[in-house]
Amino acid sequence: MPLPRLIPCLDVADGRVVKGVRFRELRDVGDPVELGAAYSDAGADELVFLDVAATIESRGSAVEVAARVAEQVSIPFTVGGGIRSVADAAAVLEAGADKISVNSAALARPELIGELARTLGSQAVVVAIDTENGRVHSHSATRDAERDTVAWARECEARGAGELLVTSIDRDGTRSGYDLELLGALRDAVSLPVIASGGAGGAEHVAAALEVSQAALLASILHERPARLVTLRDELRSLGVPLRDAA
Amino acid sequence: MRIAVCRYGAGNVRSVELAFRRLGAEVVAADAPADVLDAGLAVLPGVGSAGSAMDGLRGRGLDEALRERAAAGRPVLGICLGLQIALDESEEDGGVAGLGLVPGRAVRLRTERIPRIGWAPVEPGGDAFWFAHSYAAETPAATATSEGLVAVVESGAFTGVQFHPEKSGAAGARWLERCLSRA
Repeated sequence: MPLPRLIPCLDVADGRVVKGVRFRELRDVGDPVELGAAYSDAGADELVFLDVAATIESRGSAVEVAARVAEQVSIPFTVGGGIRSVADAAAVLEAGADKISVNSAALARPELIGELARTLGSQAVVVAIDTENGRVHSHSATRDAERDTVAWARECEARGAGELLVTSIDRDGTRSGYDLELLGALRDAVSLPVIASGGAGGAEHVAAALEVSQAALLASILHERPARLVTLRDELRSLGVPLRDAA
Repeated sequence: MRIAVCRYGAGNVRSVELAFRRLGAEVVAADAPADVLDAGLAVLPGVGSAGSAMDGLRGRGLDEALRERAAAGRPVLGICLGLQIALDESEEDGGVAGLGLVPGRAVRLRTERIPRIGWAPVEPGGDAFWFAHSYAAETPAATATSEGLVAVVESGAFTGVQFHPEKSGAAGARWLERCLSRA
Protein backbone atom coordinates (compact mmCIF):
# COMPACT_ATOMS: atom_id res chain seq x y z
CA MET A 1 0.00 0.00 0.00
CA PRO A 2 1.19 3.55 -0.68
CA LEU A 3 1.96 5.63 2.40
CA PRO A 4 -0.89 7.21 4.41
CA ARG A 5 -1.70 10.65 3.05
CA LEU A 6 -2.39 13.98 4.76
CA ILE A 7 -4.49 16.30 2.62
CA PRO A 8 -5.14 19.90 3.72
CA CYS A 9 -8.47 21.21 2.43
CA LEU A 10 -8.83 24.84 1.38
CA ASP A 11 -12.30 26.33 0.96
CA VAL A 12 -12.27 28.76 -1.93
CA ALA A 13 -14.81 31.38 -3.05
CA ASP A 14 -14.25 33.75 -5.96
CA GLY A 15 -10.55 33.00 -6.06
CA ARG A 16 -9.82 33.48 -2.34
CA VAL A 17 -9.47 31.04 0.55
CA VAL A 18 -12.38 31.63 2.89
CA LYS A 19 -13.48 30.46 6.25
CA GLY A 20 -17.03 30.43 7.52
CA VAL A 21 -19.58 28.64 9.59
CA ARG A 22 -21.81 26.46 7.44
CA PHE A 23 -21.03 28.51 4.34
CA ARG A 24 -22.24 31.71 6.02
CA GLU A 25 -20.27 34.76 7.04
CA LEU A 26 -17.37 33.84 4.79
CA ARG A 27 -14.15 35.53 5.80
CA ASP A 28 -11.15 36.02 3.49
CA VAL A 29 -8.17 34.20 4.98
CA GLY A 30 -5.71 34.27 2.11
CA ASP A 31 -4.57 33.45 -1.38
CA PRO A 32 -5.07 29.81 -2.47
CA VAL A 33 -1.74 29.64 -4.26
CA GLU A 34 0.26 31.07 -1.38
CA LEU A 35 -1.48 28.90 1.20
CA GLY A 36 -1.31 25.81 -1.03
CA ALA A 37 2.41 26.30 -1.63
CA ALA A 38 3.00 26.79 2.09
CA TYR A 39 1.15 23.53 2.88
CA SER A 40 3.19 21.78 0.20
CA ASP A 41 6.39 23.05 1.80
CA ALA A 42 5.09 21.92 5.20
CA GLY A 43 4.81 18.34 3.94
CA ALA A 44 1.26 17.98 2.58
CA ASP A 45 0.88 14.88 0.40
CA GLU A 46 -1.90 16.40 -1.70
CA LEU A 47 -4.20 19.41 -1.57
CA VAL A 48 -7.94 19.81 -2.01
CA PHE A 49 -9.46 23.10 -3.17
CA LEU A 50 -13.17 23.17 -2.57
CA ASP A 51 -15.17 25.89 -4.26
CA VAL A 52 -17.76 26.65 -1.61
CA ALA A 53 -19.52 29.35 -3.62
CA ALA A 54 -19.92 27.16 -6.71
CA THR A 55 -21.73 29.78 -8.74
CA ILE A 56 -21.27 30.02 -12.50
CA GLU A 57 -18.85 32.95 -12.12
CA SER A 58 -17.01 31.05 -9.45
CA ARG A 59 -16.61 27.99 -11.69
CA GLY A 60 -14.53 30.04 -14.10
CA SER A 61 -12.43 31.17 -11.19
CA ALA A 62 -11.94 27.52 -10.11
CA VAL A 63 -10.19 26.89 -13.43
CA GLU A 64 -8.10 30.00 -12.90
CA VAL A 65 -7.19 28.91 -9.37
CA ALA A 66 -6.19 25.46 -10.68
CA ALA A 67 -3.98 27.07 -13.32
CA ARG A 68 -2.27 29.34 -10.78
CA VAL A 69 -1.81 26.54 -8.24
CA ALA A 70 -0.27 24.25 -10.88
CA GLU A 71 2.36 26.88 -11.64
CA GLN A 72 3.54 27.06 -8.04
CA VAL A 73 2.82 23.66 -6.54
CA SER A 74 4.34 20.35 -7.67
CA ILE A 75 2.25 17.95 -5.58
CA PRO A 76 -1.12 16.53 -6.67
CA PHE A 77 -4.28 18.52 -6.07
CA THR A 78 -8.02 18.04 -6.38
CA VAL A 79 -10.58 20.68 -7.28
CA GLY A 80 -14.19 20.27 -6.21
CA GLY A 81 -17.38 22.27 -5.99
CA GLY A 82 -19.73 23.13 -8.82
CA ILE A 83 -18.47 20.51 -11.30
CA ARG A 84 -21.53 19.24 -13.18
CA SER A 85 -20.23 17.94 -16.49
CA VAL A 86 -17.29 16.28 -18.21
CA ALA A 87 -16.49 19.66 -19.79
CA ASP A 88 -16.31 21.37 -16.36
CA ALA A 89 -14.01 18.61 -15.11
CA ALA A 90 -11.78 18.54 -18.20
CA ALA A 91 -11.21 22.30 -17.97
CA VAL A 92 -9.95 21.98 -14.40
CA LEU A 93 -7.66 19.04 -15.25
CA GLU A 94 -6.29 20.77 -18.34
CA ALA A 95 -5.38 23.70 -16.11
CA GLY A 96 -3.17 21.34 -14.11
CA ALA A 97 -5.35 19.73 -11.42
CA ASP A 98 -4.98 15.96 -10.99
CA LYS A 99 -8.44 15.07 -9.78
CA ILE A 100 -11.87 16.57 -9.59
CA SER A 101 -14.45 15.84 -6.93
CA VAL A 102 -18.18 15.66 -7.47
CA ASN A 103 -20.89 15.48 -4.84
CA SER A 104 -24.42 16.77 -5.46
CA ALA A 105 -24.10 16.47 -9.23
CA ALA A 106 -23.33 12.75 -8.89
CA LEU A 107 -26.29 12.23 -6.56
CA ALA A 108 -28.59 14.06 -8.94
CA ARG A 109 -27.32 12.08 -11.95
CA PRO A 110 -25.15 9.06 -10.99
CA GLU A 111 -24.31 8.39 -14.69
CA LEU A 112 -22.01 11.42 -14.44
CA ILE A 113 -19.49 9.29 -12.49
CA GLY A 114 -19.14 6.83 -15.39
CA GLU A 115 -18.90 9.62 -17.96
CA LEU A 116 -16.11 11.27 -16.00
CA ALA A 117 -14.25 7.99 -15.45
CA ARG A 118 -14.40 6.97 -19.11
CA THR A 119 -13.11 10.34 -20.31
CA LEU A 120 -10.63 11.27 -17.60
CA GLY A 121 -9.74 7.92 -16.04
CA SER A 122 -10.98 6.66 -12.67
CA GLN A 123 -7.86 7.93 -10.91
CA ALA A 124 -9.04 11.51 -11.57
CA VAL A 125 -12.58 11.04 -10.24
CA VAL A 126 -13.22 11.58 -6.54
CA VAL A 127 -16.79 11.24 -5.31
CA ALA A 128 -17.37 13.30 -2.19
CA ILE A 129 -19.96 11.82 0.15
CA ASP A 130 -21.42 13.89 2.97
CA THR A 131 -22.94 11.55 5.49
CA GLU A 132 -24.90 11.70 8.72
CA ASN A 133 -26.14 8.71 10.71
CA GLY A 134 -25.32 6.33 7.87
CA ARG A 135 -27.34 8.27 5.29
CA VAL A 136 -26.07 10.38 2.42
CA HIS A 137 -26.74 14.06 2.84
CA SER A 138 -27.09 16.51 -0.03
CA HIS A 139 -27.36 20.26 0.15
CA SER A 140 -29.53 20.44 -2.90
CA ALA A 141 -32.08 17.63 -2.81
CA THR A 142 -33.80 16.16 0.17
CA ARG A 143 -34.73 12.89 -1.53
CA ASP A 144 -31.02 12.07 -1.88
CA ALA A 145 -30.94 11.73 1.87
CA GLU A 146 -32.85 8.49 1.29
CA ARG A 147 -29.61 6.82 0.21
CA ASP A 148 -27.66 4.54 2.50
CA THR A 149 -24.02 5.67 2.70
CA VAL A 150 -22.43 2.24 2.26
CA ALA A 151 -24.76 1.37 -0.63
CA TRP A 152 -23.97 4.68 -2.35
CA ALA A 153 -20.23 4.07 -1.87
CA ARG A 154 -20.59 0.68 -3.58
CA GLU A 155 -22.54 2.25 -6.41
CA CYS A 156 -19.86 4.92 -6.87
CA GLU A 157 -17.21 2.20 -7.16
CA ALA A 158 -19.28 0.21 -9.65
CA ARG A 159 -19.78 3.33 -11.77
CA GLY A 160 -16.06 4.01 -12.00
CA ALA A 161 -15.12 6.38 -9.15
CA GLY A 162 -11.42 6.35 -8.28
CA GLU A 163 -11.63 7.53 -4.69
CA LEU A 164 -14.20 8.41 -2.06
CA LEU A 165 -13.94 11.53 0.10
CA VAL A 166 -16.20 10.77 3.04
CA THR A 167 -17.20 13.61 5.35
CA SER A 168 -19.12 12.85 8.52
CA ILE A 169 -21.28 15.94 8.81
CA ASP A 170 -22.20 15.24 12.41
CA ARG A 171 -18.48 15.19 13.29
CA ASP A 172 -17.38 18.08 11.10
CA GLY A 173 -15.80 20.82 13.18
CA THR A 174 -16.50 19.01 16.46
CA ARG A 175 -12.87 17.90 16.95
CA SER A 176 -14.21 14.72 18.57
CA GLY A 177 -12.56 12.27 16.17
CA TYR A 178 -13.39 10.71 12.83
CA ASP A 179 -16.34 8.32 12.47
CA LEU A 180 -14.23 5.17 12.66
CA GLU A 181 -17.21 2.84 12.58
CA LEU A 182 -18.36 4.22 9.23
CA LEU A 183 -14.82 4.31 7.83
CA GLY A 184 -14.34 0.68 8.84
CA ALA A 185 -17.59 -0.30 7.14
CA LEU A 186 -16.49 1.48 3.96
CA ARG A 187 -13.07 -0.18 4.05
CA ASP A 188 -14.84 -3.53 3.98
CA ALA A 189 -17.48 -2.50 1.44
CA VAL A 190 -15.30 -1.06 -1.34
CA SER A 191 -11.77 -1.56 -2.62
CA LEU A 192 -11.31 2.10 -3.56
CA PRO A 193 -9.02 4.33 -1.54
CA VAL A 194 -11.01 6.33 1.03
CA ILE A 195 -10.18 9.84 2.24
CA ALA A 196 -11.55 10.36 5.74
CA SER A 197 -12.97 13.76 6.64
CA GLY A 198 -14.70 15.39 9.57
CA GLY A 199 -13.91 15.39 13.26
CA ALA A 200 -10.14 15.69 13.56
CA GLY A 201 -9.17 17.32 16.84
CA GLY A 202 -5.69 15.97 17.43
CA ALA A 203 -2.98 13.71 16.06
CA GLU A 204 -4.43 10.62 17.74
CA HIS A 205 -7.68 11.10 15.78
CA VAL A 206 -5.81 11.38 12.50
CA ALA A 207 -3.68 8.33 13.33
CA ALA A 208 -6.80 6.29 14.10
CA ALA A 209 -8.43 7.33 10.81
CA LEU A 210 -5.30 6.38 8.87
CA GLU A 211 -5.53 2.87 10.35
CA VAL A 212 -8.77 2.28 8.43
CA SER A 213 -8.59 4.80 5.57
CA GLN A 214 -5.87 5.63 3.08
CA ALA A 215 -5.86 9.38 3.60
CA ALA A 216 -7.11 12.04 6.00
CA LEU A 217 -8.54 15.38 4.95
CA LEU A 218 -7.39 18.15 7.27
CA ALA A 219 -9.52 21.26 7.58
CA SER A 220 -10.30 22.96 10.88
CA ILE A 221 -7.50 21.12 12.69
CA LEU A 222 -4.99 23.19 10.70
CA HIS A 223 -6.73 26.59 11.04
CA GLU A 224 -5.07 27.69 7.79
CA ARG A 225 -1.70 27.45 9.53
CA PRO A 226 0.89 25.44 7.60
CA ALA A 227 3.08 25.40 10.72
CA ARG A 228 0.44 23.22 12.38
CA LEU A 229 0.90 20.64 9.63
CA VAL A 230 4.61 20.44 10.49
CA THR A 231 3.90 19.72 14.16
CA LEU A 232 1.03 17.36 13.29
CA ARG A 233 3.35 15.32 11.07
CA ASP A 234 5.87 15.10 13.90
CA GLU A 235 3.15 13.97 16.32
CA LEU A 236 1.88 11.36 13.85
CA ARG A 237 5.39 10.04 13.29
CA SER A 238 5.86 9.63 17.02
CA LEU A 239 2.58 7.68 17.05
CA GLY A 240 4.13 5.33 14.47
CA VAL A 241 2.33 6.57 11.34
CA PRO A 242 4.68 6.04 8.37
CA LEU A 243 4.56 9.39 6.56
CA ARG A 244 6.62 10.19 3.51
CA ASP A 245 9.87 12.10 3.80
CA ALA A 246 8.93 15.23 1.89
CA ALA A 247 12.45 16.70 1.60
CA MET B 1 17.48 21.60 -25.10
CA ARG B 2 13.96 21.66 -26.49
CA ILE B 3 11.43 19.26 -25.05
CA ALA B 4 8.33 18.18 -26.94
CA VAL B 5 5.42 17.14 -24.71
CA CYS B 6 2.95 15.14 -26.79
CA ARG B 7 -0.51 16.72 -26.74
CA TYR B 8 -2.91 14.02 -27.89
CA GLY B 9 -5.99 14.37 -25.74
CA ALA B 10 -4.91 11.99 -22.98
CA GLY B 11 -2.38 13.79 -20.90
CA ASN B 12 -1.82 16.20 -18.08
CA VAL B 13 0.26 18.13 -20.59
CA ARG B 14 0.32 21.38 -18.65
CA SER B 15 1.63 19.82 -15.44
CA VAL B 16 4.47 18.16 -17.36
CA GLU B 17 5.29 21.37 -19.23
CA LEU B 18 5.36 23.37 -16.00
CA ALA B 19 7.63 20.83 -14.29
CA PHE B 20 10.21 21.00 -17.07
CA ARG B 21 9.98 24.81 -17.25
CA ARG B 22 10.75 25.01 -13.54
CA LEU B 23 14.02 23.29 -14.43
CA GLY B 24 14.76 25.95 -17.04
CA ALA B 25 13.99 23.79 -20.09
CA GLU B 26 12.35 25.05 -23.27
CA VAL B 27 9.09 23.16 -23.75
CA VAL B 28 6.66 22.89 -26.65
CA ALA B 29 3.31 21.13 -26.69
CA ALA B 30 3.58 18.79 -29.67
CA ASP B 31 0.56 17.65 -31.64
CA ALA B 32 2.30 17.13 -35.00
CA PRO B 33 4.91 14.50 -35.96
CA ALA B 34 7.48 17.15 -36.92
CA ASP B 35 7.45 18.65 -33.39
CA VAL B 36 8.09 15.20 -31.90
CA LEU B 37 10.89 14.39 -34.34
CA ASP B 38 12.72 17.72 -33.94
CA ALA B 39 12.95 17.92 -30.16
CA GLY B 40 15.91 16.89 -28.02
CA LEU B 41 13.57 14.89 -25.77
CA ALA B 42 10.04 13.73 -26.52
CA VAL B 43 7.74 13.22 -23.54
CA LEU B 44 4.64 11.05 -23.71
CA PRO B 45 2.49 11.94 -20.72
CA GLY B 46 -0.76 10.16 -20.14
CA VAL B 47 -3.79 9.82 -17.96
CA GLY B 48 -7.01 8.09 -18.92
CA SER B 49 -7.32 4.78 -20.73
CA ALA B 50 -5.00 2.94 -23.11
CA GLY B 51 -7.53 2.60 -25.92
CA SER B 52 -8.41 6.28 -26.22
CA ALA B 53 -4.74 7.25 -25.75
CA MET B 54 -3.62 5.07 -28.70
CA ASP B 55 -6.47 6.48 -30.80
CA GLY B 56 -5.30 9.98 -29.92
CA LEU B 57 -1.71 9.23 -30.94
CA ARG B 58 -2.69 7.53 -34.21
CA GLY B 59 -5.11 10.27 -35.16
CA ARG B 60 -2.22 12.77 -35.06
CA GLY B 61 0.45 10.52 -36.55
CA LEU B 62 2.41 10.72 -33.29
CA ASP B 63 2.64 6.92 -32.94
CA GLU B 64 4.87 6.66 -36.01
CA ALA B 65 6.90 9.71 -35.00
CA LEU B 66 7.62 8.20 -31.59
CA ARG B 67 8.62 4.84 -33.13
CA GLU B 68 10.91 6.61 -35.57
CA ARG B 69 12.58 8.59 -32.77
CA ALA B 70 13.10 5.56 -30.58
CA ALA B 71 14.45 3.50 -33.50
CA ALA B 72 16.96 6.29 -34.23
CA GLY B 73 18.13 6.15 -30.62
CA ARG B 74 16.71 9.58 -29.71
CA PRO B 75 15.31 9.81 -26.18
CA VAL B 76 11.64 9.31 -25.35
CA LEU B 77 10.18 9.57 -21.84
CA GLY B 78 6.83 7.92 -21.11
CA ILE B 79 4.97 8.85 -17.93
CA CYS B 80 2.29 6.64 -16.29
CA LEU B 81 -0.12 5.70 -19.13
CA GLY B 82 2.65 6.95 -21.46
CA LEU B 83 4.77 4.06 -20.19
CA GLN B 84 1.94 1.53 -20.45
CA ILE B 85 1.14 2.33 -24.10
CA ALA B 86 4.85 2.19 -25.01
CA LEU B 87 4.74 -1.57 -24.30
CA ASP B 88 3.69 -4.21 -26.85
CA GLU B 89 0.17 -4.35 -25.47
CA SER B 90 -2.18 -3.45 -22.63
CA GLU B 91 -4.99 -5.57 -21.29
CA GLU B 92 -7.01 -2.40 -20.61
CA ASP B 93 -10.15 -1.74 -22.71
CA GLY B 94 -10.39 -5.40 -23.73
CA GLY B 95 -6.83 -5.51 -25.10
CA VAL B 96 -5.00 -2.71 -26.92
CA ALA B 97 -1.88 -2.88 -29.12
CA GLY B 98 0.78 -0.49 -27.82
CA LEU B 99 3.64 1.35 -29.51
CA GLY B 100 6.05 -1.54 -28.99
CA LEU B 101 8.94 0.69 -27.94
CA VAL B 102 9.63 -1.69 -25.06
CA PRO B 103 8.89 -5.41 -24.72
CA GLY B 104 6.13 -6.28 -22.26
CA ARG B 105 2.51 -5.67 -21.45
CA ALA B 106 0.37 -3.63 -19.07
CA VAL B 107 -1.75 -5.73 -16.73
CA ARG B 108 -4.51 -4.89 -14.27
CA LEU B 109 -3.26 -4.40 -10.70
CA ARG B 110 -4.06 -7.01 -8.09
CA THR B 111 -3.35 -4.72 -5.14
CA GLU B 112 -5.65 -4.39 -2.15
CA ARG B 113 -6.87 -0.93 -3.23
CA ILE B 114 -7.44 -0.02 -6.87
CA PRO B 115 -6.64 2.55 -8.20
CA ARG B 116 -3.29 2.57 -6.41
CA ILE B 117 -3.09 6.22 -5.45
CA GLY B 118 -0.47 7.88 -3.28
CA TRP B 119 3.19 8.22 -2.48
CA ALA B 120 5.31 5.08 -2.37
CA PRO B 121 9.06 4.46 -2.16
CA VAL B 122 10.89 3.44 -5.33
CA GLU B 123 13.86 1.07 -5.10
CA PRO B 124 16.74 1.44 -5.61
CA GLY B 125 17.03 4.89 -4.07
CA GLY B 126 14.17 4.87 -1.60
CA ASP B 127 12.65 8.25 -2.54
CA ALA B 128 8.83 8.32 -2.49
CA PHE B 129 7.05 9.34 -5.70
CA TRP B 130 3.38 9.89 -6.48
CA PHE B 131 1.49 7.09 -8.22
CA ALA B 132 -2.08 7.00 -9.58
CA HIS B 133 -2.74 3.87 -11.62
CA SER B 134 -4.87 0.76 -12.08
CA TYR B 135 -2.51 -1.06 -14.48
CA ALA B 136 1.22 -1.72 -14.33
CA ALA B 137 3.92 -2.94 -16.70
CA GLU B 138 5.18 -6.50 -16.87
CA THR B 139 8.48 -6.23 -18.70
CA PRO B 140 12.04 -7.59 -18.70
CA ALA B 141 13.24 -3.95 -19.04
CA ALA B 142 12.34 -2.86 -15.48
CA THR B 143 15.13 -1.02 -13.65
CA ALA B 144 13.27 0.08 -10.50
CA THR B 145 10.27 -1.14 -8.54
CA SER B 146 7.76 0.10 -5.99
CA GLU B 147 6.17 -2.43 -3.64
CA GLY B 148 7.05 -5.13 -6.17
CA LEU B 149 5.47 -3.27 -9.12
CA VAL B 150 7.43 -1.94 -12.08
CA ALA B 151 8.25 1.73 -11.44
CA VAL B 152 10.95 2.53 -14.02
CA VAL B 153 11.60 0.92 -17.41
CA GLU B 154 14.67 1.54 -19.56
CA SER B 155 15.17 0.07 -23.00
CA GLY B 156 17.42 1.69 -25.58
CA ALA B 157 16.33 5.30 -26.06
CA PHE B 158 13.11 4.81 -24.10
CA THR B 159 12.66 5.55 -20.42
CA GLY B 160 9.28 5.01 -18.77
CA VAL B 161 8.05 5.79 -15.27
CA GLN B 162 4.87 4.52 -13.65
CA PHE B 163 4.88 7.37 -11.13
CA HIS B 164 4.35 11.05 -11.89
CA PRO B 165 7.68 12.88 -11.45
CA GLU B 166 5.94 16.14 -12.42
CA LYS B 167 3.73 15.79 -9.34
CA SER B 168 6.29 14.30 -6.96
CA GLY B 169 7.58 17.49 -5.34
CA ALA B 170 11.31 17.80 -4.70
CA ALA B 171 12.04 14.12 -5.41
CA GLY B 172 10.25 14.38 -8.75
CA ALA B 173 12.16 17.52 -9.73
CA ARG B 174 15.45 15.76 -8.96
CA TRP B 175 14.38 12.79 -11.07
CA LEU B 176 13.44 15.01 -14.03
CA GLU B 177 16.69 16.89 -13.74
CA ARG B 178 18.67 13.64 -14.01
CA CYS B 179 16.49 12.65 -16.96
CA LEU B 180 17.30 15.95 -18.69
CA SER B 181 21.01 15.66 -18.05
CA ARG B 182 21.06 12.21 -19.66
CA ALA B 183 18.97 13.17 -22.70
